[in-house]
Order: sequence, then C-alpha cells, then structure tokens
Amino acid sequence: MLIWIIKRDLLLAVRRQSDVLTTLFFFIIVVSLFPLSVGPEMNLLRTMAPGIVWVAALLASMLSLGRMFSNDYIDGTLEQMLLSPQSLSLLVLGKALAHWLVTGIPLVLMAPVLGIQYDLPGDALAILTISLLLGTPVLSLIGAIGAALTLGLRGGGVLVSLLVLPLYIPILIFGAGAVEASMAGVGFDAHLSLIGAFLLVSLVFAPWAAASSLKVSLE
Amino acid sequence: MAINWFKYSSPASFYSLAGKMIPFFTVIAIILLAAGLYVGFFVAPTDFQQGEAYRIIFIHVPAAWMSMFLYVVMAFWAGIGLAFNTRLSAMFASAIAPTGAMFTFIALWTGSLWGKPMWGTWWVWDARLTSELILLFLYIGFMSLQAAIDDPRRADKAGAIIALVGVVNIPIIYFSVQWWNTLHQGASVSVNQAPSMATTMLAGMLIMVFASWMYSIAVILKRTRIIILERESHTAWVAGLQKKGTVS
Amino acid sequence: MLQGINLACVRGDRELFKDINFLLESGGLMQVRGPNGSGKTSLLRMLCGLSHPAAGDILWEDQNIRALDSDFFAAVTYIGHLSGTKDDLTVLENLQISSALAGMEISTEQANDALHYIGLKGREALPVKVLSQGQRRRVALARLLVCKTSLWILDEPLVALDVMAVKLVRGVLEEHLQQGGMVVMTTHQEIDISAASIMELQLA
Repeated sequence: MLIWIIKRDLLLAVRRQSDVLTTLFFFIIVVSLFPLSVGPEMNLLRTMAPGIVWVAALLASMLSLGRMFSNDYIDGTLEQMLLSPQSLSLLVLGKALAHWLVTGIPLVLMAPVLGIQYDLPGDALAILTISLLLGTPVLSLIGAIGAALTLGLRGGGVLVSLLVLPLYIPILIFGAGAVEASMAGVGFDAHLSLIGAFLLVSLVFAPWAAASSLKVSLE
Repeated sequence: MAINWFKYSSPASFYSLAGKMIPFFTVIAIILLAAGLYVGFFVAPTDFQQGEAYRIIFIHVPAAWMSMFLYVVMAFWAGIGLAFNTRLSAMFASAIAPTGAMFTFIALWTGSLWGKPMWGTWWVWDARLTSELILLFLYIGFMSLQAAIDDPRRADKAGAIIALVGVVNIPIIYFSVQWWNTLHQGASVSVNQAPSMATTMLAGMLIMVFASWMYSIAVILKRTRIIILERESHTAWVAGLQKKGTVS
Repeated sequence: MLQGINLACVRGDRELFKDINFLLESGGLMQVRGPNGSGKTSLLRMLCGLSHPAAGDILWEDQNIRALDSDFFAAVTYIGHLSGTKDDLTVLENLQISSALAGMEISTEQANDALHYIGLKGREALPVKVLSQGQRRRVALARLLVCKTSLWILDEPLVALDVMAVKLVRGVLEEHLQQGGMVVMTTHQEIDISAASIMELQLA
C-alpha cells in the first residue's frame, strides 16, 4: 500500500516534471534575491545564509503543499482512497513521503550549491545539507495536515500558509541554528538530534491528524 | 439539589441560561475592572527601578495570561466537540477565539509600549514576546480556517483539528523560541527577572486577572448566543424567539 | 445485507430527506430515484461511508458501518460522479493502481482482460487524458470487473456510455446480482436489469 501510493505519486511527478522544477526554481530564486536586497557584503551574507536557505526551503515546501491532495480531490481518486480498506494514515504517510521525495530532496541537493554562493565553509555546507535532509520531511508531514484541512476551500493556498508556517517555526530555529552553531564552532549535535526527534514525533502523529482532516474535508 | 447539566448542552436551553448569566458576569467584570485599575494606578507604589511606566503590567500581564489560557480552553472545547460530536462545545470554541486573539494583541501592544521606556525600543525579539506573536498567528489561523469554510459542521471539525495541533505545538514552539533566544542572548534584553513585588501590586494584578476572566466569560457567552442564533435560525425555537421579539 | 434506518440528510440549513428506510438483501438491486438536488448523491455517499447521516443508522450485516470501518470498506466498491482516474496515468496503470489502493493487487493480464472486456482494447497504454468521456467512464467501470466486493454503489454509472457499453454494464451487473452481490445505483436512463429483488427508493 505504502509502496503503491509512493510509486503512483512519483510516476505522476515524472509525467509532470514542470511541477517539480517550479518548486526547485522558486527555492533558487528566493535565495538569490537576498544578496540583491541586502548587498554583496560577504561577511553579512555568510551570517545570514543558514536562515535564508532555511526560510526559502520552508516557503518552497509550502508552495507545493496545495498539490498534495487537491489534484486527487478534483479527479475523485482521493474519494477512492478514503474508501480503501487500508489504513488512511498509512496512505497519508505515503503521500507525504512522496511529496518529500519530489520537493524536499531536490532542495536538499541544491542547498550546498546555494551555500557556496554565500561563501559558507565546507563544514557548514555539510551541516546545512544534513539539517535540511532531516528537517524537510517534517515540513511535508506537518504540511499534510494543513493541505488536508484547506482542501477545496477558496483561497486555500494563502490559508495553508497561515496554518502551517507557525508550526514550522521550531524546525526553522533548529535547522538554521545547527548551521550557525557549526559556523560558530560550537556543538551542533543537539540541534540535529532535536530535529530528528521532531521527525520521529511527526512521523507518528502527523499522518493520523492529516487523515482525520481528510475525512472532515471530504464529508 | 441535582442539576441536569446535560439539559444545558442543548443550544436552546443554553441560550436562555447564558442570557441570564451575561448581566451577572458583566457587572462583576465592571466592578473588578474599576477596582483593579484604581489599585493599579493610584494605590500601588511607584516602582523604584521602572518608575510609573511599570503600571502597564496591570493590563499586560493579565492579557498575556488570558491569551495563553484561552487558547488551551478553546482547544479543550474544540476537542470535546470533535470527540463527542457536541455542537455547543464547538460553538463555544469559535466564540473563544476572537477574545483570545484580542488579549494576545493587547499583550503584544502593551508589551511594546512597556518596551519603549524599559529597553528603549518598541520591539525586542525576547522569547516571551516572540512566543506571544506566534500565538497570535495560531489564533488567526484558527479563525481564518473557520471563516473560509461554509459548512458549519466542517468548520467546527477542521477548526478543532488545527486547535489541537496548535495546542500540542505550543510547548514545542515556546521551548524552541526560548532556546533560540538564549543562543542569541546578546541581541536582546531579558525581562525574566521580575523584582519581588509589593503586596498591593500583586493584589492589583490579581484583581485585574479576575476582571479579565469575568469579561471573557461575559463576552464569550454573548458571542456563543449569537452563533447559536445563526446556526439554529431554521429551527422552531428561534422562530418562536423572533415572534416574541426577544432577539436583541 | 445493507439496511438503512431513519436516514436523514441536512445540507446547510436545508433538510434534503429524512426517515429513509430500506433493507437490501443479497442478490438485490436498489435504484435510487428523484429529481436533481433531491439528495441521491448524498445518500450514496452516506451508504458507502464517505459522509455521516444527520440522523439514523446504516447497518451492514447487522452492524453499524461506522463501527465496522475498514471491514465495511473491504466489502464496497463505489463509483461516483468523478471517474477516480488520473489523467496523466495510462489506462492500464490507472486500473492497476486503483485496484492496489483498494486493497486488491491485480496482475497485468487480469487488468488487460478486464480492459478488453469493457471495450478498451488497444488503448491500454494511452494516458487517460486523451480519452473521451465515455471511455473514461469505461476505465472507471473496469474496476467492477476486477474487484471482489459484494456491495456496489454506483452513481449514474451509465452517463456518457453508448448503447453497446450500456449493454455490457447491464450484463456485468446482472452477473454480480446472480452471484449474490448487491447493487445500489442511481440512473436517469431506463434500464431493465433482471435481479432476484428490485427495489425503488424515491427521494422527494
């Protein structure tokens, strides 16, 4: 079941590559806008880099949340999934993982390149990538709740950002914090462990909450 | 005397009960508010460190407490509504949200007013202020979600889920912000070490807290009544009220 | 055995129907009739467990479907207004994936057989978006051929189908009923299906 839903969503993403690329380019553009707005002073950019990359990742991940369920809602396949004898939470987990593979992984892979633009040292680049690798699945999982709640609503796109962004704050703090800590030469393990803990907790609870939300939205 | 509480879980009987309770709470709220403000602004001594400006805490602290407390109460009632499918508890949750958001806003506003003379700036990224700001976002998210949904049953349930998700996240967010704040200690001023308070100050503050309570109850009951009327407008008992001309 | 007791449906302030009672036994067909907006689709969505009745209970083998939850879903196939097919997937992928998600993995041969039977031979590898409305409907209905559920809930299954396809579907339904299955459906078209028991449920 889990395999099938991931396989299906990846297949759909392959058929519609433009969706994946839009998210990635959005991420790149947002990150590239900052030097243009604050100036090319390298020291300043280096201190801001972890925050900028993380905020851009948050926004990019959020931007694609609308698609997580709405296409399936429009063509009726979501209805069919709700009627499946399989666990709906498992299904939502599959959809969130697929969302992460399609939107999160490209961000993780692109982050070191953007970090170089900001002249981040090698260690910091590695930590940035690891923190994104651990943190972006949490964004997809929490985002699934927001996407499920706003399904089919007018202005759903803006609404989902209102609902989801405040919940992203801890991830943002510890994600960017890990990179800053490594740049400052202090330990970053605690940050990464906490993001890992968030990941575990959201793996357990978010699919369940999102599944309940889907049932509410489709009733 | 045994009271059948479940009787009041039906909107119709709650409507009349709330109608009787509102004047009571309103009067108490006004009396306490007057007393609290009097104690706060005239009786309590001037603080030797902060001068007269500290008196804003008589509004700021109760507002901040209420803002947090009301969110928990709101999530509680929303959760009850979700679990037991009781309409009234969900209406109650929707009625609490605007009051909670208002207190959050007051807490932020007065906090900023307080910050100017204390820290020389309108806003500092202090852990408490930041958490309070995020709390405001959570309230706004809850209200916008409910406003965007036309079907009241779906609005109730969806609101309940986001309120519960929020309430689980509040400690995590608060803890994260605290950590973040200590990491960046240099940039901000800590307001955490409250000096030991004079008894009259404490008394004034407690009176204000109770006044806020009474005010919240009165306003929330009133708002619940309005929501009941809106939702039940097609029922016979509301039509009966309209005939009697008792719908204000 | 599917039983509805005093079912009511409320949309916003409006009550669409109330006090709907019926008992559908194995081998039985129930046709739900009524003008537009009388709540046919709402009733079908309730019967398959997508929404909850404002009042009343739905029993499956004498147990409330809310309590049965996934055990009930395992016995039902619902085909609604929306075809439940993905435009970007091929006909074959659609059938295989939707079956797998419904808890029934089928082999490529099985899927191909079903698609040939329903008249989609030669179109297995086409993406659904290039198909006509009638053909999409056939893709959705192909699920009936591969599923092993006993209760079929069909919302206007004959819409957009040509005469040949209607005949095909009728055959599929009759066979299902003969084997002791149950069908609840709405349709505006006249269709005479032979079944052990045929019921009509008239809404407002």
